Amino acid sequence: MRNRELTRPEKSQATFEPRIVAFFCNWCTYLAADLAGTSRMKYAPNVRVIRVMCSGRVDPQFVLDAFAHGADGVFIGGCHPGDCHYQEGNYKTLRRFHLLKRVLQQMGIEDERCRLEWISAAEADRVRSTINDMVEKVRALGPLDLIPTEEKVSAEEVAV
Amino acid sequence: MLEKPKVAFYWCASCGGCEEAVVDLAEAILDVVAAVDIVFWPVALDFKRKDVEAMADGSILVSFVNGAIRTSEQAEMANLLRSKSKLLVALGSCSHLGGIPGLANLFDRESILNAVYLESPSTVNPEGSLPATHHKDDGHSVELPRFYNAVQALNQVVEVDYYVPGCPPTPRIFRTALQTLLGDELPTKGTVLAPDHALCDECPRKDTKPERLSIVEFKRPQQLLIDEQKCLLAQGLLCMGPATRAGCEALCVRGNMPCSGCCGPTSRVKDQGAKMLSSLASLVEGKEEAEIDRILATIPDPVGTFYRYSLPASLLHRKKLDRASLHEPAASK
Repeated sequence: MRNRELTRPEKSQATFEPRIVAFFCNWCTYLAADLAGTSRMKYAPNVRVIRVMCSGRVDPQFVLDAFAHGADGVFIGGCHPGDCHYQEGNYKTLRRFHLLKRVLQQMGIEDERCRLEWISAAEADRVRSTINDMVEKVRALGPLDLIPTEEKVSAEEVAV
Repeated sequence: MLEKPKVAFYWCASCGGCEEAVVDLAEAILDVVAAVDIVFWPVALDFKRKDVEAMADGSILVSFVNGAIRTSEQAEMANLLRSKSKLLVALGSCSHLGGIPGLANLFDRESILNAVYLESPSTVNPEGSLPATHHKDDGHSVELPRFYNAVQALNQVVEVDYYVPGCPPTPRIFRTALQTLLGDELPTKGTVLAPDHALCDECPRKDTKPERLSIVEFKRPQQLLIDEQKCLLAQGLLCMGPATRAGCEALCVRGNMPCSGCCGPTSRVKDQGAKMLSSLASLVEGKEEAEIDRILATIPDPVGTFYRYSLPASLLHRKKLDRASLHEPAASK
């Protein structure tokens, strides 16, 4: 638990490029992102896509870990309600997401930093527009800038 | 005569319940006293910090430290005991994960000091003085510990060898841990000295847990007459059993109260609160957002519930701080 790596150097607001981690479902949003690519659509390059078999695989720990390691935003993409390849996975995601958002609010992390979208395999344009929209919203918020407890204490305070 | 192994106890930010847990060994404490030499235990014996400072490095076999780290003095003592001891053991939830005091990580130092010393209705402080680290009076000056901006678990400040979980650890957990530590074969460093499976596994109500749980409303214990046999989750109570380490023999559940999660997560889980949130939310009935929100609204305080004992040790550690709030408050007298 000690020595948590600090991935983000200090950056000024002017040069700030949001870093967004995206978890895309293998059966829909990931295919849509793939389609956006093959269709040569352009969208903001700030997103790092991680393919998961189902949005229901996105453990809330993944989201918190992304924030803790320097992500400015987390984007989860899943199948439209009723379309889940595993029947119920996206409903579980939806419920977890709603509870996770309340935890994030209590922890002082802005609403726009965590987003859930239903995007089918055909909706390449929706991948483009939602990602662009999120990048702009997070850019307006600025870096997440979590201050690690360990860094502060070990550097400044424990001089025994 | 062969020298007995030396043992020390110390408390940091805690309630004293863990000290009580040691005494709760009852008659077995006589065996402990016979087997070891207690060289430092401020709550019960008159040894001072200078006595510890005078000891050779590594001369204490094991130091049990309970309580979280909130002040500079606690961090100093943790470091001192670390260097004097072969094994440093975090005793109880606060030391293991941050514990109840760790919920103060939902606030920053300034708002805590303001609430306690200036704003609370029962506070009389016309000069508005706040705790300071230096104080001069009549030619004498004193140094006082600094109040950190965050509560930390013991392993966020010093290296910890083993953990004894629980709030407080039950006499059985503590006795077993002590036997393990005094024995010849030590477990892997970093081990939590309790079983590594979820509480549901040893719950007396295990068989009444339905195959598929479905929750339409969360209830608080005072809102219903709790069935003494049936799975508490199945009754709509928010029981942390699925995301909490076993070892306590389900004491709270036997007392007809839901588990609040004091033994922390199992070794496969990083963040107890997130795991509980995940498990619980997926049991919620409803597929429409409004319906889901209505059910989830019956959990009034998600962080206080899911992270009751583990906020400092969680992935986010604390509520996001404003960098501007980090500056030192001007020293007051």
